Amino acid sequence: MSFLKNDQLHEGGIIREAGNAHDYSTGDWRTFVPEFKEENCIQCMFCWIYCPDSAIDIDTSGPKPEMKGILLDHCKGCGICAHECPPAKKGKSALVMVREEK
Amino acid sequence: MEQKLVALSGNEAVAYAFKQAKPHVAAAFPITPQTEMMHKYAEFVANGQSSTEMILVESEHSAMSAAVGSAAAGARTFTATSSAGFALMWEVVYIAASLRLPICMALVNRALSGNINIHCDHSDSMGGRDAGWIHLFAENAQEAYDNSIMAWRIAEHMDVRLPTMVNYDGFIISHTADALKMLNDDAAYDFIGDYKAAYTLLDPENPITVGPLDLTDYYFEHKASQLEAYERVPGIVASVSEEYGKLTGRHYDLCEEYKMDDADMVMVMLGSSAGTAKDVIDEYREKGVKVGLLKIRMFRPFPVQLIAEKLAGRKAVCVLDRSASFGGQGGPLYMETRSAMYGQKVPMHGYIYGLGGRDFDLHQVRTVIENLKKQASGKEMQDVSLLGVRS
Repeated sequence: MSFLKNDQLHEGGIIREAGNAHDYSTGDWRTFVPEFKEENCIQCMFCWIYCPDSAIDIDTSGPKPEMKGILLDHCKGCGICAHECPPAKKGKSALVMVREEK
Repeated sequence: MEQKLVALSGNEAVAYAFKQAKPHVAAAFPITPQTEMMHKYAEFVANGQSSTEMILVESEHSAMSAAVGSAAAGARTFTATSSAGFALMWEVVYIAASLRLPICMALVNRALSGNINIHCDHSDSMGGRDAGWIHLFAENAQEAYDNSIMAWRIAEHMDVRLPTMVNYDGFIISHTADALKMLNDDAAYDFIGDYKAAYTLLDPENPITVGPLDLTDYYFEHKASQLEAYERVPGIVASVSEEYGKLTGRHYDLCEEYKMDDADMVMVMLGSSAGTAKDVIDEYREKGVKVGLLKIRMFRPFPVQLIAEKLAGRKAVCVLDRSASFGGQGGPLYMETRSAMYGQKVPMHGYIYGLGGRDFDLHQVRTVIENLKKQASGKEMQDVSLLGVRS
């Protein structure tokens, strides 16, 4: 009995290519979504450090890396970025969680 | 090859066999009747006779989890358990097979609770029969030892790469001193060979992800590839057994036939009770009764075609199960055997016996043979009955 005509899968379902999480969109599970308030951002990069996925959009083309917003294809709405975002501008944070309206 | 004749309990024999494979890692948690086996193994390690890294865990779920981590890291790994310990491993038992990790496990068969019982039946391994492991069964300490050597070759074969379970009956085999022949350490290791991992977590040059999310898009294909690997197992078990037979003079196949050539009536069973049945078969053979035994050595994957061939044309077949399948049509072995015989007009019936270590004695085998004679002469038999239970 042969179920697979062309077995191109890796044994045991392992993934041999590194950095592949980027190719798999997992952003459709959210209930809450971080809202980026650019005017409050001090470019501390805490959100990028703490994000467990690759959902923080960083522009590295300039002399200093710059936070541009959230990549929603990968954001699961965990809220860690908003929790870590310092309220540096008059007590206001640059990332705030809001319920996502579909 | 010259082999040492020794007197050992089944647990000691299996501990020796596993030591001879020079596993890198063992992770286990004690449970009766397996405890003595890991006790013996710990003694080897403490005495410097084995360099296995022993991971002492806090439960069997952790034992199997540690075994999976170790095998995924590229180490030859084993564990051992019984009954409730195997039940607690549950989730990870499936993962070991899905990740195609050739872990070996001694499952010293013991009844599952409740009520709590430490004695032999096969309900523990039968609960895991759909998990994707290879299940080998033994009749005595010699077979438990031999299966424990061959298990590595089968599990680690590049066309298989599936975890393998060596079953032997709790107390009846595990704690009874038995005479057996053992290979010397070098010959055993030469047979088993060095371990070559199919993949390893510990290679920074070639990073891999093990156990990723696997949803509607690929999970089914991964299961299909597991089913395909399973299809290759019977041929490899047969060839490894043949090679082992040449080395040791002890020949094994997927099942063992005892006085089957001209048998009109056949009993089918697993494990130590086969020894009892053989004695009574001899007794009946002297009276001219043509009865034989088909002992199943490999329950998973179930050798469907072989069994269908071996039982074809018999006048009556009785399948004996040392476990119940509540709500099923008889015990697991009966269900599988009857299914293998689909389309053949061989009269069959099943018995459930020996639950919780209830003694399987000569009288019970005589009852089975008397009923086989009735069925062979055309009498209708009850499909499934209990043997040795107080009415």
